[in-house]
Amino acid sequence: MTESRPEPIRTDTRLNTQEEITARVKALEALLIEKGVMTTAAVDRLAEIYENEVGPQLGARVVARAWTDPEFKQRLLADASAACRELGIGGLQGEEMVVVENTDTVHHVIVCTLCSCYPWPVLGLPPNWYKAPPFRARIVREPRTVLDEDFDFPVPETVEIRVWDSSSELRYWVLPQRPAGSEHLSEAELAELVTRDSMIGVGAPRPVGSGAAA
Amino acid sequence: MNGVFDLGGTDGLGKVENDHMSEPVFRADWEKRAFSMFAQSARAGLFNVDQFRHGIEKMDPAEYLISNYYEHWVHTVEHYAEAAGVLDPAELEARTRHYLENPDAPLPERETDTEIVEFVDWAVTNGFPAHRESDKVAQFSVGDEVVISSESPYGHTRRARYIRGRRGVISAAHGTYLYPDTAGNGLGDCPEHLYAVRFTAAELWGPETADPNGANYFDVWEPYLSHAAATTPQGARS
Repeated sequence: MTESRPEPIRTDTRLNTQEEITARVKALEALLIEKGVMTTAAVDRLAEIYENEVGPQLGARVVARAWTDPEFKQRLLADASAACRELGIGGLQGEEMVVVENTDTVHHVIVCTLCSCYPWPVLGLPPNWYKAPPFRARIVREPRTVLDEDFDFPVPETVEIRVWDSSSELRYWVLPQRPAGSEHLSEAELAELVTRDSMIGVGAPRPVGSGAAA
Repeated sequence: MNGVFDLGGTDGLGKVENDHMSEPVFRADWEKRAFSMFAQSARAGLFNVDQFRHGIEKMDPAEYLISNYYEHWVHTVEHYAEAAGVLDPAELEARTRHYLENPDAPLPERETDTEIVEFVDWAVTNGFPAHRESDKVAQFSVGDEVVISSESPYGHTRRARYIRGRRGVISAAHGTYLYPDTAGNGLGDCPEHLYAVRFTAAELWGPETADPNGANYFDVWEPYLSHAAATTPQGARS
C-alpha cells in the first residue's frame, strides 16, 4: 500500500449549539443550491421517504411472510434481496441483503463497527444508538452483556450469539423467531408483532396479546 | 487508516443510549437536510460512498467521538465540496454568520429544477449495487481456514483492527465486488472476491475473556486473506 498519510479534514469550526449547527447546515444547503447540487424539493422528498414510506414496517412484512410461507422463507434465506423484491421492497443501502435466522440454539445481531451500515430498505434509517460509539464498540466484544444490560434482552448461555459486522456493502438483518402462541394470527397481525429491534437482533418480537397486534 | 472510528472492541465508552424504539427518524430539521446531502452530493459526483466514509474517518478524533452523527456527514460533504471547488470556506463562514444573525432568512429558490427529485426517487428504489463482474478466479472456498492480513494501510480500508492477524473460516463466498481500499482512495473499483469469515469470540478476545459461546462474522476482500495452512506464525504478521 502506498497511500500518503491521511490529512485530517477541516473540522476546526466546532458546532456547539443547535443554533450554530442549524445555521451552518442552512448555509451549506444554500451554497449547494446555488451550485445546482441540491434542491429543497429533494430534501423534502428524501425526508418524506424515510419518515413515512421506508421503515421497519417493511421488514416486518417480510418477516411475517416468512413466518407464514415456508417456501418464501427458504427463498428469503437463500437470496434476501430477490425475496424482498417479490414484495416490492429493496433499493438504496440494501441493494444486496442477507437474512440470518434465529433458532433455539443461535441468536444473531448486526452492527457496523467502522461506520453505521444498516439495511435501509427494510428497517429505514438507523436509530442514534446504533450509530453511536458504545454499541459499535461493545456489541462485538461483549454481546451477551450488552443485550442483557442495555436492552433488557437476556440470551441464555446455551444459545450461541453470532455478531455480524456489516463491513461490506452486503446488508445483514435478522429473521426473529415466531412468538409462541401466534398460530392463530394472520400475516398482517403477525407483522404487528415484529419490531425494529427484533430485526437488528437486540430484542424479541412483541408477545402475542401485548396490545400492539390488536 | 488506524483511527478512533474503528471502534470494535473498544472499552470505556459507556452504556448504549437505548431509545426503546421511540426516537423520531430526524430529531431536528437540520438533520434531515444534512441527511439529504449524501445522495444529492454523490449524484453531483463529489464522492463515492467509500470516499464519503473516508472523509468522516479523517475527522478530528475527539470531535468524532462527541459530535452528533449527522455532523459527521456535514463535515465530509464540506470537505469534498471544497476539494471539488464547489464550496469556498470563506463563503460558507460568511453565509453561516448570515443565518446565525437572521435565522428566518430564506434559502435560495431553485425549484424549477425537478431533475434531482426524480433522481432521489430513482436512487432510493434502485440503489447502487457494489457487485462488479470480474474474471478473477476465487482463491478461497467455503470452509477454508484463513488468516487476516495485519497490513495497516494509511488510506481507506475496511480492515477493522480487531480482526487483523486473526484466524477464521470462510463461511460464504459472495462473488466479486468493488474494492473499498481502492475506491475509497480515488483509485477505481478494482473488483475483488468478497467472503464472509467466521471467527470464534475466543480467537478475537482470548479464551479467558471471550464469551465461550460466541462468534463474529466479518466480510473481507481477497487481498485481506491468506490460507491459514500456508501461513507460518511469522507470516501471519507480514
